[in-house]
Formats: sequence, structure tokens, C-alpha cells
Amino acid sequence: MTWQGWTLILLFVGILVALAKPVGLWLFAIYEGQRTPLHAVLGPVERGFYRLAGIDPDEEQSWKRYALHMLTFNLVLLLFTYAILRLQGLLPLNTPGMVGLTPDGAMNTAISFTTNTNWQWYSGEAALSNLSQMLGLTIHNFLSAASGIALAFALFRGFARRQANSLGNFWADVTRVTLYVLLPVCIVYAIVLVASGVPQTFTQQIVATTMEGAQQTIALGPVASQEAIKMLGTNGGGFFNANSAHPFENPSAFVNLIQMLSIFLLGVGLTYCFGKAVGNTRQGWAILSAMLILFLAGTTIVYWQEAASTPMLHAHGLTGGNMEGKEVRFGIAASALFSVVTTAASCGAVNAMHDSFTALGGLIPLLNIQLGEVVIGGVGAGIYGFLLFAILAVFVAGLMVGRTPEYVGKKIEAREVKLAVLAIAILPLCILGGTAIASVTTAGLAGPLNKGPHGFSEILYAFTSAVGNNGSAFGGITSGTPFYNGLLGVCMWLGRFFVIVPMLAIAGSLAAKKYTPATAGSFPTTGGLWVGLLVGIILILGGLTFLPSLALGPIADHVTMTAGKNF
Amino acid sequence: MARTDGKAPAKSLFTADLIVPAIADAFRKLDPRQLIRNPVMFVTATVATLLTVLLVIGQEGLPIGFNLQLIVWLWLTVLFGTFAEALAEGRGKAQAASLRDTKAELKAKRLLAKGAGHEAVAASALHVGDVVLVETGDLIPSDGEVIEGVASVNEAAITGESAPVIREAGGDRSAVTAGTRVISDQIKVRVTVEPGQGFLDRMIALVEGAERQKTPNEIALTILLVGLTIIFLIAVGTIPFFARYAGGGIPVAILAALLITLIPTTIAALLSAIGIAGMDRLVRFNVLAKSGRAVEAAGDIDVLLLDKTGTITIGDRQASEFRILSGIDRNMMATAALLASLADETPEGRSIVTLARESFGIATTQLPKGTEVIPFTAQTRISGVKIGDSLIQKGAVDSILKANPGIAETAAATELRRITDEIARAGGTPLAVAQDGVLLGAVFLKDIVKAGIRERFAELRRMGIRTVMITGDNPLTAAAIAAEAGVDDFLAQATPEDKLALIRKEQAEGRLVAMCGDGTNDAPALAQADVGVAMNTGTQAAREAGNMVDLDSDPTKLIEVVGLGKQLLMTRGSLTTFSVANDVAKYFAIIPAMFTVLYPGLGVLNVMRLASPESAILSAIIFNAIIIPMLVPLALKGVKYTPMEAGSLLRRNLAIYGLGGLIAPFVGIKIIDLAVTGLGLA
Repeated sequence: MTWQGWTLILLFVGILVALAKPVGLWLFAIYEGQRTPLHAVLGPVERGFYRLAGIDPDEEQSWKRYALHMLTFNLVLLLFTYAILRLQGLLPLNTPGMVGLTPDGAMNTAISFTTNTNWQWYSGEAALSNLSQMLGLTIHNFLSAASGIALAFALFRGFARRQANSLGNFWADVTRVTLYVLLPVCIVYAIVLVASGVPQTFTQQIVATTMEGAQQTIALGPVASQEAIKMLGTNGGGFFNANSAHPFENPSAFVNLIQMLSIFLLGVGLTYCFGKAVGNTRQGWAILSAMLILFLAGTTIVYWQEAASTPMLHAHGLTGGNMEGKEVRFGIAASALFSVVTTAASCGAVNAMHDSFTALGGLIPLLNIQLGEVVIGGVGAGIYGFLLFAILAVFVAGLMVGRTPEYVGKKIEAREVKLAVLAIAILPLCILGGTAIASVTTAGLAGPLNKGPHGFSEILYAFTSAVGNNGSAFGGITSGTPFYNGLLGVCMWLGRFFVIVPMLAIAGSLAAKKYTPATAGSFPTTGGLWVGLLVGIILILGGLTFLPSLALGPIADHVTMTAGKNF
Repeated sequence: MARTDGKAPAKSLFTADLIVPAIADAFRKLDPRQLIRNPVMFVTATVATLLTVLLVIGQEGLPIGFNLQLIVWLWLTVLFGTFAEALAEGRGKAQAASLRDTKAELKAKRLLAKGAGHEAVAASALHVGDVVLVETGDLIPSDGEVIEGVASVNEAAITGESAPVIREAGGDRSAVTAGTRVISDQIKVRVTVEPGQGFLDRMIALVEGAERQKTPNEIALTILLVGLTIIFLIAVGTIPFFARYAGGGIPVAILAALLITLIPTTIAALLSAIGIAGMDRLVRFNVLAKSGRAVEAAGDIDVLLLDKTGTITIGDRQASEFRILSGIDRNMMATAALLASLADETPEGRSIVTLARESFGIATTQLPKGTEVIPFTAQTRISGVKIGDSLIQKGAVDSILKANPGIAETAAATELRRITDEIARAGGTPLAVAQDGVLLGAVFLKDIVKAGIRERFAELRRMGIRTVMITGDNPLTAAAIAAEAGVDDFLAQATPEDKLALIRKEQAEGRLVAMCGDGTNDAPALAQADVGVAMNTGTQAAREAGNMVDLDSDPTKLIEVVGLGKQLLMTRGSLTTFSVANDVAKYFAIIPAMFTVLYPGLGVLNVMRLASPESAILSAIIFNAIIIPMLVPLALKGVKYTPMEAGSLLRRNLAIYGLGGLIAPFVGIKIIDLAVTGLGLA
């Protein structure tokens, strides 16, 4: 580990903390439906959309209605993308002549992008037409992110409203988030990327002659525009297979830093926005602190493990840190940091191959996703996932102060506990269940590249990434088979919507409750004690479930490797 | 009163007469229909049954001795849980049995028409309005009100406290309870309840816990425990698949051991015992809660409405000063006040006599012969004496002015009004004295704030509970007393409607309100309050409306009831936290033991350095089982409760039960491992 490495990590955290309030205030304005300077330009556009769709943005929706509209919206978009992917061979903007995807492949990809997962079993540049990338996928990059933030808003309203029976309007939330948050940032962001050397063109490929005189086909396309939302919306689906390790997606150390910041930007802002929504910004800072503690702990482990490398590599004369699968342009610190950022948030973009990390270095990205991606987390999904843990933490420990548990003024009772447990249990069920099926079936065992515990890690990572809607790949696994496409597709769907629906039900139930003003006797949900408690509950409830699988995957991988055994 | 120290009578938890029947009950509770009420223990019993069956049909690959030990400990885990519940119920049952015996032997001497003596009837034949005679040595046959006489009564049968208490006609010591024994003198009691509806009957139903319902918080906690169980079922259920990938197999008994140690058996085993014990503590504190929900609500109280008289001030006001009008002789005023009060047997009257004697040296002890005493009536609000032609009056200022036409406009009246305002502002009650239509001055009757009550309110404030004093006094007096007692707020000149309105207002703002009351016109407010404690001496309407009844009729106990509610919730929370935190150590015991066959290197996870995989698994399952009986005393007594603000409480309990729960099993499992290895059990 070097001081330069640590400077980067601390600089990264410092910038984020500084951005939390301004971004949070902006998000809060959108949450409240306040008028912003952008309304002068975009206001008519917003109203135009409503008129076109026949939507009344002020019509309040109950949690059931909110959920129904959200689900319908996502389902229709899913079918739209499925159709484009199947028919891309017949559609325009298909210069290299890509053929339509197989039914299972198209289904997997459509679900993947709808659920903000962006798991890619294919190589984008070799399988998709520009139309598929731009219309079929990028649309989800915006709308799945907007949906996530809208859902977080709905939950915020559940906490903030008193004896109310509605959570806002889904269409208004999605439209406003897209227009006033995602689009403006992405336009500026894409321009910065183009200025830094990221391609933005309709040319799909150019042929170059190399120094040796060989012919090389270089894939190009509208990369910058997709790259911006890929990061900001924690989507992670790269234009190229190599994702952010590709110099066209991530050309420099500066862009690398911006990319990492943009992954966390909205998630960090939402913590402040939550505090603002419930009338006490310290609530938001407490959440952000707990997240950052988990984040820094994870980063430290990965950086330390990668910098220390392994005895096996050392034995082969490869001294220094583990550089396998890392871009020389970024080095160990920036790769380690990126891997933690991308898995802590449910982004899934990668600038290094997690598969090539040391065993314990690779454990942290895995664990980050298994904890429910609540360390900053995906846009919207991170904060609502975190709040589910907060509800359980308040319930378990809140009784210890001798009162029925309350969180930000709302009593946590049987219904909330039931729904929170339901939402949290879907993770182990799908991750461990899916891994169990894949690790004993022929079709499943055909996937991993490696044998032994590392192969197990590859399977575990695939299911973890799918259920967590992360989308990053450990690499190594060949997942473009009907078995994996199908099973992972189902996992992505369950991992997204089977968390969202109970979460919205909680929001509905909370909104209907009275507000209990905090007193000296109330359970304190700000301050160091609460932060420590949150960290503890997340590690125990979220982490312990996965300890057996981690023991047989990365930990076994590590101990066998230390013992000098290869598979 | 029976007890004023606020402590329930200490009765040891672990006496043979409680433990032996509890052991028998523990087995009886293995009935699956009962066990299913506790899903976590039901899962444990199911797993134990499964392993037993596998052992019997010989399908298990483990060494028989080891396997047998695992099964025994699994069954013990279940039994410890049912035992904890049985023990908690045991005390109530013993109490109920003795209450039943008491009830069976009740006989009554029902008085016949005036002077016609009495007839012996069974207590069950008594109806509301009957009057019975109770003599020395008799048991009081029914709940009722003393209408004649004074007696010392032993209420041990109900309260467990053998020191006798005085019951007398009139005042707030007039209520008697069936089953208590008159130990001296005799009283006439008017029956106030129909057979089968008395306090004794309610108490029997309550202590038996026959119709004990899970409280809302208990239901929520059970859901969480079920959720955790499902999550751990998934975590353990998928292990065989992972093991098969690694080219091995894990015996079912070992998976079962991991599952049972991970699911929250500790708190699940103790949960109902905690609830029963919480109710029991309240009963032994002489408060009857009509539902567990009310006890939980007590812990959540944000606002306490406290009656001034009897709670904040000692019931009787004392004369502290004579304020004499200008131009009036000091002794004339003192003598007049004394004469007007000699026939007044109220504590206020007596205090005026005392003040006149001690501070003014007035020696008169008896009214002159032929004095006509004018008794106090609610209409005139004046009392006094007529000695010859001289009329001395004492009473409320307005009433005195009204009773003497013409003096209201005099300078003396103006001065008197100024004085009375001063008295009111100082928290006192003014009593005007007049002789033959001449105003003499005012008696300053002072409310005496109870010693230590100010500190109690400060304590409540630190806990985040607001206190509101309810009084019929005018706002000036109320403000002064409120300031002296240190309450947060007061409601002056309070009518029952005002009280009800205040409760509704606080509730609308999201606060939970507790109050106590005894009058019929308190009933609506008692019913509206989240916790309404009715005084046992109060009217039947009040006792029906409240969700708790205080047998001692001590309004100050409201504060303790809040504490008991908090203690109940804290005990649940602390043991849940402890139980969940325990899982970390259990994982570190079993995971390496389970997986070293697959990857020997995973032995590094054996941080406790347990001797062998078998001893590790056995130690974890033994720890998981014996922690239950070890925590039974804590579950039954409740965790230590000291009033303090939530942050400090959390810090303390998190350190003890969170951090303790993390560390204790590491130590415990290691010690058990040493023992197991030393004894050659594994």
C-alpha cells in the first residue's frame, strides 16, 4: 500500500461527503416537487409528457396503486426491450449486421436492464446493434435508475407523512427524476467524457492497420452517452465487454475518479435527502456514516490484500502487488477502490477483473453485494435497502430502551417487521438457492472456468450479482447458456421486485401511522451508538447468512492457496 | 398503606415447590398443539424428532455416542424452553390455587332488616346492596364498602403482605376485598359486586394466565424470530449442495446442530416467560392489568397526568399563616379562627387550631357551653360557630363576602382580595374569617408538596416523560404548586371534560397518555387514556373504565407502573440482542468443524482452538441449550432498570447484552469444550 493510494481513497471519500448536501438538496427539491431553475426550460417538457400520457401529476397514489403502476411500467419496458433484442437484425442502425438474440438471451438481457442489474452474458460490441444499445438498453439505464429513486421517494414519504394514505405519484416521480436529475447531469457528464477522449459516434467500427501491418477492427459507437448514465444510474452495463477497463470507456485516471464519484453521487445525496425529508438531517448523516464505515473497511481489506498479493505469485517472481487482471493505467489502489465502489453500489461496472483478485480481495466485492448493497447502494435501491435494515435494527435494539421501537417518529410494529424480513429474506433465498442448484447440476457446473473453491466463488458471484441487481461479473463464468440465462433472469427479477413490493407496503403502512415526537426517552437514531449498531446489525443479519458459502468459496480458496494447493 | 416502599414481596424463584411442578409441566408442554405457538421451539422439536427417528432406523453415519449426545441436548433445548414458561406460570398457578381455596371457604353474615340480627349465607348468594357483618377472625365475603366501623384487616391473601391495614367507614379507606381477614374489631360492609365478578375472581383468571394473549410487541418479535429462522433454514439447507460441489457430504445431525444453534432459540425459549413474569411483577406490585397490551403501553407513555392531591401534595392542606387585615387585632383574628375550627375535625381545621395555639398562644381548648356549631355545606361553603350573639364565620373568600351583604364594597374587602391573590400566587388556598360581619383576615392554607416528588419528576423528565398536574385549584395556585413540585405543566380548575380534552389533544399529537382516577366522572378519561389506572377504592365505573386497577389506591404508583412496562420491553430487547449476537461465536465453532473435512485449511476459522470437530459441535449445542436455564432468573426478574435517558440506557444495555452476547459464547463454548474433552465425551 502506498501513500498515493491512500490519498486517492481519502480524497474520494472527502469529495463525496462534500457533495452529499448539495446533491441531497437538489434531490429534495425534486422529491418535494419544488420549482427549480431548470423548470424554465424543462417545465413545458414535463407538462407535455403528462398531457401526452393523460397523467395528473398531483393525483396521489396509495402504495398498492404506486406499486401496480411501477410494475406495469417496468413490465411494458421489459417486453419492449425483449422485442428490440429479438428483432435487431431487422431493425435500423445495424451496420455490422448483428442477428437477433436467442429467446433466453433476450429475456435475460431485458430483465437485466429493467432491474438495473445490467448483467451481460454477451459482449456488447459483438452482439448488439447500435439501436439495441441506444434504444433497447440505454432507455433502461435512465428509467430503472429513475424508478429506483422514485421508490426511495415513496419510502421517504412513508416516514415523513402523518396519517396519510398515499405515497405520491409514480409517474410524476419518474418523470421529474429523469428530467431534472438524470438528464441534465448526463448531458454535462457525457460532454466531459467526450472531451476526455471517449468516443461518441454512429460509426460502429473502424479498421486500422497496426505497426506490424496487421488489420485490426476497432469497435466504436455512441459510448460517452451510455457511459454517463451507466455510472450515474448505477447500471454498470458497459458498451464494451471490458467495461470500464476499456480505454474507450475509461480513458484516464481523472475519468476513473469521476466515474467512481458518479457511481456514489446520487446514493450519497439520497441519504441527505432522507434526513431532510424526515425533518432531521442528522438522521441522514448517521446513515451515511454507517455506510462509509462499511465502505472504508471493505476498501482497506481489498487494497491490503491486492497490495500484499499472494505467496504463489511471489514464488513465480512476481513481486509487488497482484496486478493480474488490472489495468496498468489504474494500478492497485484505483482498481481496489473501484471494485468496492461498484459492488457497494449496485453498479457493476468494473475497471479490473474481480476474478483475478486475491481470494480475500475478491471476497469483499462478493460480501458487499450479499449485504444487500446497502453501502451507498444503487440509486434509490441502496437507501431503501438500508432503511429496511434500519427498521430491523431499531426493532431488535430499540426495545432495550424500554419503549415500543420507533424510527424517525414512526412506530415499528408487527406489519413492518414482517414485510422487512420478507424483503431481506429474498436475498439469501435466491443467492444461496440459485448457487445450490448450479453447484450440483451438469448445466450449472458447465459454467465456471475454474475448479475447486474458486469455481464455486464464480458461481456464487454470478447469483449474488444477479439477485443483488449488481451486474458485475467475477469473470471466468460462461453464463450465456439457457440454464444461466434463465435462472439468473429469474433471480434478477425476484431480487428487484420482491424487495420493492414489501418495501412499498411498509411505506404505505408507515404513512398511515401517527407521528410520535421524539423525547429524551426515544431511541436515539443519530450519533455514534446508532451508527455502530447499524453496522453491527448489517454485518450480523446480512453477513452471517452467507458465511458458510463464503467459507466454501473465497475463504477456502484463500486457505488452500496459502497451503500451496491448486485446482 | 400495605406497602409504600414500592417493592414487590420477594419470593425466591427457585424453591422446590415451584420447580418440581414446573419440570412436570415442561414435559406436558411438549404437546405439539401447544408447542406450535412458539414456532422457533417447534422447529427445534421437529429437528430433534427427525434426528431421533434417523437414529432409531439407523440412517445416520455418525458415531452413535456422539449422535446420541447431540439428540439429548436438542431435546433439552426444547425442554429448557418449556420449563422456563412453566416456571413463570408456576408462581401464578400456586397463587391462583390458594385464592381458589380462600374463595371456597367464604361465608357471610347477612344483616336482616334493622335490628333483626343476621343470617349465615354462602358468599355466592350475596348481591349488590346486601349488607354483611364481619367480625374479628372472619373473612370478608365479598368486595364492598365499609359503611360502619373500623377494623384492621389482613390482606395477605390478595397482596401477599401480612402487615394489617386499617379499613374504616367514609373516606378513601372504605373499600374492602373478598378473601381478606378482619383481625380486630368489626365492620358492616355493603356488597358492591355480583358473585363471580369480584376482585378475587379477576385475580384468579389473571394470575393463572389462562387466557393470556400475545401482546402486539410480542407478536412482532415472534415474527422477527420466525423470519430469522427461515433465513437460517435457507443458509443451512443449501450447505449440502455446496458440500457436494466440494466433493463431500455433511451428516444431517451436524447440519441440524448448526441450524439449532443459529436460530434464535434463546429468546424464543424465554419470550413467553418474560411476558408472564412482567404481568406477575405488576400483580405483586398490587396493580392488576386487564391486558398485557396495557403493560406494554405503560412503557411507551409520554405524558403522565397526575392528580395534585394525594400524588403531588400530601392529601391535607395545612394552615401556615394568618394574614390579618390592617386595624385588626392579631389575637382577635387568631382566637376567631381557632373558635371557628374547634368543632372542625378535618385535618385543615385541626391545623388551624394548632397554628393558633403554637404561634399565638391561644389556650382555649373547648367551645363555651351553648355554642351553636354551623357545619360546612357545599352550598354555603362556610362553617363557623355562634357563641351567644357573636357569629364567627370561616370559608371561601367569595362565600364570606356574599354571606355578609354590604361588606364587598368596603376597603377591608379590597384588602382581603389583595391578600387572597397573594396567597393563591404563593400556591396556597385562602380561607376568609369574619366575625359579626367584620372581616378579620385570611388563613393561609398551604399545600404540602410530598418530599422527594420533585426529584421523581426530574427523573421522569430525563426519561422523556412529561408530567401534567391536574387540579381543581385556580390557575394562580396551580402555577405556584406546579413550580414548587417541578411538574412540566398543569391543568387548573380541571373538570372531567377538560381532562378528557387534554388527553385527546396529546394523543392527536402522537403521544401516549397515562392517568389515574377514582371517580365516576373520571371514567371517560380513564377509558380514553392509553394507560388508565383506577383506584381500587374508586367507584365501579372508574374501575371498569381503566385498563389497570391499583389495589393500594396509591396514585403515585403510576410512575412505577411506567417503570415496570419499560422493564418488560427492555428485558425482551436485551435478551433478543443477546441471542442474535451469540450467533457469531456459534458460527466460528461449527463452520470450521463442519468444513475441515472438505478443506482442512478452514481450520484457521477455529479461532477458539476447540479440540476436535465433534467437541466443537457438541460444545456449541450444549452452550446453546444451557444458556436458556442460565438466563431464566434474568427473564423472570427482568433486567435492571434505572430511570435514565434513552441514550444512556441503550449504551449500557448494548454493552451488556450486545457486546456481552458477542463475547460470552466464545468464552462459554471454550470452557464447555475443555470439559467435554476432559470428560472424554467427544
